[in-house]
Amino acid sequence: MKISDIKELVEGKVANNGVCSENINEIKHAFASDLMSDVLRLRCENTLLVTGLCNVQTIRTVEMAEIKLIILARGKKVDANMLELAEENDICIIETDFSVYKVCGLLYQNGISPVY
Amino acid sequence: MELNFKIEGGNFSGAGSASSEVKKTLKQLGVDASQIKRIVIALYEAEINVVAHAYRGQIGVKISADKIFARIEDEGPGIADISKAMQEGYSTASSKVREMGFGAGMGLPNIKSNVDEFDIQSVVDKGTVLEMTFYLA
Repeated sequence: MKISDIKELVEGKVANNGVCSENINEIKHAFASDLMSDVLRLRCENTLLVTGLCNVQTIRTVEMAEIKLIILARGKKVDANMLELAEENDICIIETDFSVYKVCGLLYQNGISPVY
Repeated sequence: MELNFKIEGGNFSGAGSASSEVKKTLKQLGVDASQIKRIVIALYEAEINVVAHAYRGQIGVKISADKIFARIEDEGPGIADISKAMQEGYSTASSKVREMGFGAGMGLPNIKSNVDEFDIQSVVDKGTVLEMTFYLA
């Protein structure tokens, strides 16, 4: 699934347009967690993270885990530090007011598969 | 090649910057992406541990053609029971650490699952030394 389609699906807003419009691979899988150590255990490519955890360590974690797209749920908004770090590491962020549960349900319905 | 970093205990906004630098260097050196991932994940968890639990610490990374060796040394409360700390789910982390998305007792087990060789030594009220080796072949 393309980033633009995911954005529409979750009625989200792209926080960093420059990064998101560039060549981020098609997303095939999703993982949802507020616990970053669980994100660091993933062994999967083309995966997005759905989370309500909104701080610099969210960005650091996906940087280490090679995840290129975060959906920030529950109306959380990125701050300037997070944005700077995300841009430095080519990480796209979509903000949505939907809950993690709703985002996951929509993604699942539209063919995004679980990591496990 | 050798890289050295100082880590400040409690500085959550800076946590991960050393691991990020190591990642960039390994990429520039052309190390295989799957190798880079396991190295930086172990290193990042170790860096988070220092920030979360210690007063200060340092990370030294030695990069050679066939292996990467990392030593993480901190001054801090130490670990009273290492075998407990190695168990998934065991944690002494503060609520501040949990707010940052860590502190669920997965750090050391995550580190161990990504390294080829692993050694941890700790003295209560003094600090902890963690050594990790990754073979690139």
